[in-house]
Amino acid sequence: MSDKIRTVEGITKESTQAMIDEALSVYPEKARKKRAPHLAPNDAASGCASVKSNKKTVPGVMSARGCAYAGAKGVVWGPIRDMVHVSHGPVGCGWYSWGTRRNMMSGITGVTNFAMQFTSDFQEKDIVYGGDKKLKTLLAEAHDLFPLAKGISVLSECPVGLIGDDINSVAKTSAKELDIPIIPCNCEGFRGVSQSLGHHISNDTIRDYIIGTREFAEPSSPYDIALIGEYNIGGDAWSTKPLLEECGLNVKAVWTGDGELEKIAATHTVKLNVIHCYRSMNYMCKVMEEKFGIPWIELNFFGPTKIRESLRALAELFDDNIKQKVEAVIAKYDPIMQGIIEEYKPRLDGKKVMLLVGGLRPRHTIGAYEDLGMDCVGSGYEFAHTDDYDRTAPEMPDSTVVYDDPSEYEFEKFADTLKPDLIGSGIKEKYVFQKMGIPFRQMHSWDYSGPYHGYKGFEVFARDIDMAINSPTWNLVKSPY
Amino acid sequence: MSNLLDLEVKKIVETPPEEIERVKNWINTEEYKEKNFARQALVINPAHACQPLGAQLAAHGFEGTLPFVHGSQGCASYYRSTLNRHFREPAPAVSDSMTEDGAVFGGQNNLHEGLENAFAIYKPKMIAVFTSCMPEVIGDDLTAFIKNAKQKKCVPAELPTPYANTPSFNGTHIHGYDSMLVSILQTLTEGKKVEGRCTGKLNLIPGCDFNTGDYREYKRLLKEMGVPVTVLADISDTFDSPCDGSYHIYAGGTKLEDAADSINGKATITVGPYASPKTFTWVKDNFSGKHVSMPMPMGIAKTDDFLMKVADLFGKEIPATIKNERGRAVDAITDAHQYMHGKKFAVYGDPDYLMGYVSFLLEMGAIPHHILCSRGTKKIEKELQALLDGSMYGNGCKIYMNKDLWHLRSLLVTDPVDGVIGDSHGKFAARDANVPLFRFGFPVFDRVNKHRYPLVGYQGVVNMVTEICNKFIDIKDETCEDQQFELMR
Repeated sequence: MSDKIRTVEGITKESTQAMIDEALSVYPEKARKKRAPHLAPNDAASGCASVKSNKKTVPGVMSARGCAYAGAKGVVWGPIRDMVHVSHGPVGCGWYSWGTRRNMMSGITGVTNFAMQFTSDFQEKDIVYGGDKKLKTLLAEAHDLFPLAKGISVLSECPVGLIGDDINSVAKTSAKELDIPIIPCNCEGFRGVSQSLGHHISNDTIRDYIIGTREFAEPSSPYDIALIGEYNIGGDAWSTKPLLEECGLNVKAVWTGDGELEKIAATHTVKLNVIHCYRSMNYMCKVMEEKFGIPWIELNFFGPTKIRESLRALAELFDDNIKQKVEAVIAKYDPIMQGIIEEYKPRLDGKKVMLLVGGLRPRHTIGAYEDLGMDCVGSGYEFAHTDDYDRTAPEMPDSTVVYDDPSEYEFEKFADTLKPDLIGSGIKEKYVFQKMGIPFRQMHSWDYSGPYHGYKGFEVFARDIDMAINSPTWNLVKSPY
Repeated sequence: MSNLLDLEVKKIVETPPEEIERVKNWINTEEYKEKNFARQALVINPAHACQPLGAQLAAHGFEGTLPFVHGSQGCASYYRSTLNRHFREPAPAVSDSMTEDGAVFGGQNNLHEGLENAFAIYKPKMIAVFTSCMPEVIGDDLTAFIKNAKQKKCVPAELPTPYANTPSFNGTHIHGYDSMLVSILQTLTEGKKVEGRCTGKLNLIPGCDFNTGDYREYKRLLKEMGVPVTVLADISDTFDSPCDGSYHIYAGGTKLEDAADSINGKATITVGPYASPKTFTWVKDNFSGKHVSMPMPMGIAKTDDFLMKVADLFGKEIPATIKNERGRAVDAITDAHQYMHGKKFAVYGDPDYLMGYVSFLLEMGAIPHHILCSRGTKKIEKELQALLDGSMYGNGCKIYMNKDLWHLRSLLVTDPVDGVIGDSHGKFAARDANVPLFRFGFPVFDRVNKHRYPLVGYQGVVNMVTEICNKFIDIKDETCEDQQFELMR
């Protein structure tokens, strides 16, 4: 958390509110009333959310949000590498989410990892007669064709819940028959208001079906931790896990980036849970705390300032051995990071960035931009809750605009007014802003780059941000004639 | 300890390396292939998406049109991001964000609120409504809902609001394309037929084609022929718009008045017969002029057929410029034939593309050894077989209907080919089989600008031959022994 309140020249609470009012002026009254509480100037001093969140999307406004299935398959389950994840229902959902999140995996595809698209490809008859029988058959087929898969998840798409299939009972029967964990997840896309409920449902499913079902073969140590809410986007976990290990900790399981089912199942025996993406996995941290007495800590691995703060906060929870190692790690990387900052900061100093990402990065990456001399002039989430916005308030400069589940129209209007030098958001937004001549990075997927986490990631991040903002191609957007 | 599956708690066991090695080899065997082909229920790596995606593509092909998904909002985000990734362009579309209460009460309130907001905010000239799973399963009555919306003045009565039922549990994206297109044409042409009037224009239905270069190529060829055309639906400017510092939500599309007048056209040709059967049937019954359904003009012969048909319908000569173009394309393929002759290929994709790939390969003396269609019918199978039967290079080639890319993988590793033609999703199977993938289909997520290079027409032939032959030559250069590495190829 930053201790002093920052401001951005030219941005006041009044100017931000005027910009919001202007954007909403085109809306029908009902929609305007619904949207207004989701847009506000940041009140940094309060440390509290200035906007409402986690409410139903207003129909027809063009939201960037996805659905519960997307949160379950794309975020929580998809990255577990040694499971077959069945998109249960029609073909589309699984096809659209196939390989598009960039959660990288080790292993051999089709042998020890299953970064593929498995679906029951529902047809009309499955809707009419139900898909339970088909599910039972396909589970056996999956087990037969992929004998090294450690388990199978069954992720329900909309029709499954609507027609009243009982995947939980099929899973239970098949799990016994095949003697592998078959995990039913009732994450139909119509549930809830965004991806967020899909995360929650998936966490509950892990609680009910997975945690506690395995034990680590090796004896435990006081330094056993799990890394939670790290999805290995662009190889992030391959930066953070070694970093934590360099600090003397044993990372027993990663949830769920390049994840392994059995290690996740044995996580109830670690001494501490380190959580990165709070939004998607705080639920299980709380469950493990209540049920197994495992404390947890939220860390931020973006940019050297936040990494340093995070590692020291982590060290506080351990003995001198770890404290010394952490200091040694910081001393080792600080000069390297300083070198990166010296290289890029002169080209990025004072540049303005606007963010719209999922549930974590709109606050967690701000420090990394600031390390490069940049200011965040607007930030918001697709599917955050009040506790996320509370955590965001102190990270953002005062009076800058906070937007919850903004429509494309609102986002475009804000960008038009604020004229940022960079926008960090998703693929649906990318080309809108690039047409406007505004440099852009996809901040869900690291734009086919990465990692961005950890010390290793900051070097890539700094290079990418510089490349986006300072590419000479932007100078050619306006034709000379 | 909770364990709702009643399985016993176990110690973590690492899979022994020799077991991994065994399975790694096993999945490349004939035995595995048989097991794989015996699958009844599980689909792995399908080469098709669902109906609404195609519906959205069709909607984007009309001026000022906002695609509107009636259903869960996640669906709209998936279609949009798929189109964004393929074209590297914006794909604006809204949804009415149905949730649990929609499942109980139906989606009318969402639809009405959504239409009102979308119209006010994005000021479309047309809103094209199509459905995802949820309203299809619960049985929403779109006809009544939209009628009511206009009565309630959610949108002006005169705003065209075509709508299509596009259930994802039936057909693929090409069927959704067809349903949306026919609905748009029905809406726009209603009451527009004028006895005795003829626009003198060709209506061209390209089908569910995701290559903007193809649309431009059709228009260029027809301009060269002196044949005025209305493309139904024209996505070329929508998904290949200039970067000039401003964003236009409706960057392209066929003018609505041209689409409305298409009912009085001189002739209508569909070159995407598998992606427009409903549309074409309706057009035949309702549109003036002649109606022709023919394959996508991929390869020399199919391009010849297309141009001769246009010439015939419009009483035009094919100009010398096009004849020269043909000559140059034939020059390119005769020059390059040695790099493709006898080479074996696996091809997969949507039926219209597949017909094109196969014709083209046979023309080149290449062998379309494995032909795989993710969702197909007896009709396409018969038509593909007829193509194979018409060429000695089709001998022994096999067609696999309703198979997926995990089946393809088994084919590639047990009965190898030299190259694969398809979309980006085939890259995993191609890599496992150590053969190049030529990305000519949809989607292409992992190469730039592919959608700008036409596959149709004579230019399409040059593009495909150039890409394929140069890749084979690259492979030779990269893999040959030093003493075989030479200047000329």
